[in-house]
Amino acid sequence: MDIHEYQAKELLAGFGVPVPRGGLAYSPEQAAYRAQELGGEVWAVKAQVHSGARGKAGGVKICGDQHEVWDAAAELLGKRLVTDQTGERGKLIGRLYIEEAPRFEREIYLGLVLDRKSERVMLVASGAGGMEIEEIAGKEPASILRVSIDPAVGLAAFQAREVAFGLGLTVAQVGQMNEILLGCYRAFTELDATMVEINPLVVTIDGHLVALDAKMSFDDNALFRRPNISEYRDKSQEDQRERDAADRGLSYVGLDGDIGCIVNGAGLAMATMDMIEHAGGAPANFLDIGGGASPERVAKVFNLVLSDAAVEAVLVNIFAGINRCDWVAEGVVQAIRKLDMTAPLVVRLAGTNVDEGRRILAGSGYPIIAADTLADAADKAVAAWKASKRG
Amino acid sequence: MAILLDENTRVIVQGFTGKTGTFHSSEAIDYGTDIVGGVTPGKGGAEHLGRPVFNTVREAVKATGAEASLVLVPPPFAADGIMEAASAGIRLCVAITDGIPAQDMMRVKRYMRRYRFENRMRLVGPNCAGVICPGRAMMGIMPGHIYKRGVVGVVGRSGTLGYEAASQMQALGIGVSTSVGIGGDPINGSSFRDILELFEADPETEAVMMIGEIGGPQEAEAAEYARDCMAKPVVAYVAGLTAPKGRRMGHAGAIISAFGESAAEKVEILRDAGVTVAPSPAELGSAMAAVLATKAARSWKREGRGVAAPAFSVPGSR
Repeated sequence: MDIHEYQAKELLAGFGVPVPRGGLAYSPEQAAYRAQELGGEVWAVKAQVHSGARGKAGGVKICGDQHEVWDAAAELLGKRLVTDQTGERGKLIGRLYIEEAPRFEREIYLGLVLDRKSERVMLVASGAGGMEIEEIAGKEPASILRVSIDPAVGLAAFQAREVAFGLGLTVAQVGQMNEILLGCYRAFTELDATMVEINPLVVTIDGHLVALDAKMSFDDNALFRRPNISEYRDKSQEDQRERDAADRGLSYVGLDGDIGCIVNGAGLAMATMDMIEHAGGAPANFLDIGGGASPERVAKVFNLVLSDAAVEAVLVNIFAGINRCDWVAEGVVQAIRKLDMTAPLVVRLAGTNVDEGRRILAGSGYPIIAADTLADAADKAVAAWKASKRG
Repeated sequence: MAILLDENTRVIVQGFTGKTGTFHSSEAIDYGTDIVGGVTPGKGGAEHLGRPVFNTVREAVKATGAEASLVLVPPPFAADGIMEAASAGIRLCVAITDGIPAQDMMRVKRYMRRYRFENRMRLVGPNCAGVICPGRAMMGIMPGHIYKRGVVGVVGRSGTLGYEAASQMQALGIGVSTSVGIGGDPINGSSFRDILELFEADPETEAVMMIGEIGGPQEAEAAEYARDCMAKPVVAYVAGLTAPKGRRMGHAGAIISAFGESAAEKVEILRDAGVTVAPSPAELGSAMAAVLATKAARSWKREGRGVAAPAFSVPGSR
């Protein structure tokens, strides 16, 4: 789960990480008021969307007076911000964070991530802040410092010192840096994060370290024990269909193609998408219906897949282990009846109760195209989709 | 035995008396697995499915001599259960549970390192379909009937895609020595490389089918191992060629976040290491048939018996 910048700053400040003063605004009026409240001469008006690279996309505006703050807020609010990471639909700007904008002389990159290779939390830092980490890795790979943290010991003070000195900080700043690193690590472990990123961490002109930006992501599997983190969820930042699917315990990801996919198991779902492409089509979605799906659940899944207007054909691919083909078949028939479905439908069933499932489909009286194998299913789905385009 | 288990392996089930535990334990018993008991804290002394229930894994091991444990414990308690098994002297732990927090798994892996390698429990999973030795025993949730006993070792992250591979091979008359699901989580017990090592040493296994997916470094590590240390042929497939970067595809581990983690990059790494990569997920069986046929022909030649007819039919590619 992702959260907003201002939420991450709120959390990290609680672990001793220095952040600029700021306030939230939902209207231009409120934004100008926040600026006045904060005082000073320069403010940053920052779009709160779940994405990096906001600055490049015009989501962060530096303003010199309250009128500028008002205008910037009026321009940003309600707009969809498109960044390198959001896809072309972008993300809705519903909140702004108005922040004092300290003058600084240096930018540093700081990140904590779950490293799958070492199976540990990895601290990554670079003196080349302000760029995305991929960009730093490409342009200045030698500037990247990496520290692998032993989960039984935690981040050791010497490791933090090595990073601080490695970044060329002054002795006074090294002390501040240690506090920031240890604070971030504690936040990571105590809140079940999967990522903490401060980019940039700046050295202000008077020599202080301040987190100018902050990003955190959390382990969905651990939210059951982090109710305060779950509170931070902002549904406006999620794709509506993906949100509906997640609320029903399904795993759905919208894609750009025309053939809707209904599959059990994440690996088989990906393989089915690959197979559609191999056969000359394009999948409209990734969808895993999970195990033990009842007929009702299968019928609801159709609703979800068909709510994507781009879907012109549907492929159901079920290899039942703990699922039952007869239940899936009943769900398919229910869905066609309820939804008055017109798009061509190809169904491939295998595994538990397959004969019963096939019998139900064949006896339903609907023009369901049955397929025996994965290849057969993909070929038939692509052929049906092409035929429907011609007709 | 093939690898990991057979009909003589004494197995306990953690989370034995729950709904999931009961269902999958009965299936495993029906398949021929020697389930000798189970553990549910607080229900010790009871009997379930005709087997004794214990409060702790240690008690269960002492009373039954169990060597293996199947973990069907709910996610908040599963990591603790795995560590309990490691500490009680269990040799093989298969964790089916889906949804264990990543940091819990980090702690589990760290905890297991307190034991010297030769005394360390082998963990398979979590979030996996389990392990099956066709016709002999299973510790998992797979439909047993789609597996035919044979010479191909199967290892994969995904459960249902593993079923797909087994059934494609079955249709061509190719059987499986052992099938191992290593699970879809970012931090898991056994890696592809770990299982390849076991298959390479197993006299019943002649070739390996490896089914990877996007995300993580384990396919690349496996490729290196196959190139440097394996004599047996490996056929591979990597799911997710059409998956976009930065989006999680169902499995917690199935997200492309670094170089070398996309399906296309993994396919290239595997090919460079001499692994046969199936061109599509519909050609898992036929790719394996071709590899087995070549292998058979080669060994005939080596033995000076001339060119043999291939042992398996090889249907033309689509």
